[in-house]
Amino acid sequence: MIQDAVPLDDRGLDWIRGGGEAEIVLSSRVRVARNLQGFPFPGRAGAEERADVVERMRAAADHVESLEGGSFWEVDSLDPVDREILVERHLISRDLLATSRGPSSSALVLAPDSSCGVMVNEEDHLRLQALVGGLALEAAWRQVDRLDEEIGALLPLAFHHQFGFLTACPTNVGTGLRASVLIHIPGLVLTKEISKVLEGISQVGLTYRGLYGEGSEVVGNFFQVSNQTTLGKTEEDLIDHLGRVTGKVIDYERSARSVLLAEAPSVLEDKVWRAYGILRAARSLGLEEMMNLLSGVRLGVSLKLLNSPRVETLNEILVCGQLAHLERAAGARLSEQEADVCRATYVRDKLAKDERDAGQAPAGGTSDETVVDGPPSGG
Amino acid sequence: MLCDDCQKQEAEVHLTSIEAEEMRSVHLCVSCANQRGISAEAAETVADTPPLADFLGQLGSPGPQTPISDPSEPCPFCGISAADFRKAGRVGCSQCYVHFETQLRGLLRRIHGSSQHAGKLYLSEASDITDRLGQLSSMRRRLKRAIETEDFETAAELRDRIHDMETQG
Repeated sequence: MIQDAVPLDDRGLDWIRGGGEAEIVLSSRVRVARNLQGFPFPGRAGAEERADVVERMRAAADHVESLEGGSFWEVDSLDPVDREILVERHLISRDLLATSRGPSSSALVLAPDSSCGVMVNEEDHLRLQALVGGLALEAAWRQVDRLDEEIGALLPLAFHHQFGFLTACPTNVGTGLRASVLIHIPGLVLTKEISKVLEGISQVGLTYRGLYGEGSEVVGNFFQVSNQTTLGKTEEDLIDHLGRVTGKVIDYERSARSVLLAEAPSVLEDKVWRAYGILRAARSLGLEEMMNLLSGVRLGVSLKLLNSPRVETLNEILVCGQLAHLERAAGARLSEQEADVCRATYVRDKLAKDERDAGQAPAGGTSDETVVDGPPSGG
Repeated sequence: MLCDDCQKQEAEVHLTSIEAEEMRSVHLCVSCANQRGISAEAAETVADTPPLADFLGQLGSPGPQTPISDPSEPCPFCGISAADFRKAGRVGCSQCYVHFETQLRGLLRRIHGSSQHAGKLYLSEASDITDRLGQLSSMRRRLKRAIETEDFETAAELRDRIHDMETQG
């Protein structure tokens, strides 16, 4: 059975533990868009019809094995901070919040281990998705495929013999599949090879965007690469193609890092340690600044210039250093200035803990005041 | 950066190509690019007209097309008109794909390079359970409304029927 409106806790954060190629690939995501027969798409549906779709999915969820023991939330019943937390964890989209209009207007169903879930009444009736750590597109696809089979057996889906699965936007029609990888490629940015790589990506039918999806800026050298077309190829071909191109990008990134290490080791080391030093000591930290510094530290950890923090901690900070997560931790809404102070404290604490766990000062550092959380004791 | 071919002039044309899954970058000066038959414009321009804009334009203008149903009329199921579609860039329902089929086929070909689905097939298995779920959801909605309007007799009856259906399986 599915539980209703349970606390969010740390649901949806399983991916942060990483996976294959975790130093470069943060996560892999696959989603498919599906619509129910006999209902206008959500953008055209009335309140009753939207509520009906939510209820049908809620009722079906109890019989879907992949979701057994999972949770269900009506988005409008959540308090505003929880809603934002779901967005920050990429479990729902900002569009879903924007289009949700009152009770039973939109919903989220999540498997107990958060491995997969269903967003109800965003642009399409159902968006089935799986999010996993590291480079694991096939695993994410298998989860979604299974979920799709199970739901499709319970709810009649809109399917056209020639166009495939029908969606509100013609750019999603066919497989309805969007597979993406979130990759961190500072080496290509620093060696100025990035524009060539991005151009190449565009030429092979893929597209890229920032960390927070469509239209978002690229910050901190984090790029989300995904397939651009959804019709005319099989799901496996689309997944396989993205996987292979990602593999190439990883190779390019590795060689860019080698070039940097060989040609400008002291510049690189300085950049990494400055980033670490600021994150470790700052008393006020903006989100964008944090993301850019995390990029430097992540590069340092990957190149073993730093032996702490762990990659998992860096992933966690990336999610939990955002506004709503800080507000949840503080138990209050925060102004921008207050959030910056809370963010700095949160990041310092996280890095300090990993330093202690590593049992020593990070490589290349001395056990001086930079690793002590507090003002320098010496004069 | 110097031209890959002549190694004398500054490279101004940058072309990245994918051949057999190998990404290759070529940097050429204008005259060497011309010799290879590559123009600077062609190298930079991949798709000059966004296919969606193209399609939306077609919808608004009277053309020589003879569609199966008249797309200047709203979709008979959801009522979306060509103007609505032009504004939102989204169709309103699955029937729109039948109503606007001729234009959509062309649009899909331009967006995806194909208009024929090659992925998973779907045969609706609208089984008994689906009907039951539909009925249940409809009864739950009526129950909610009955409670709101304080029609307790109907509410009690609906509650019992929902309970029976849920315990059945």
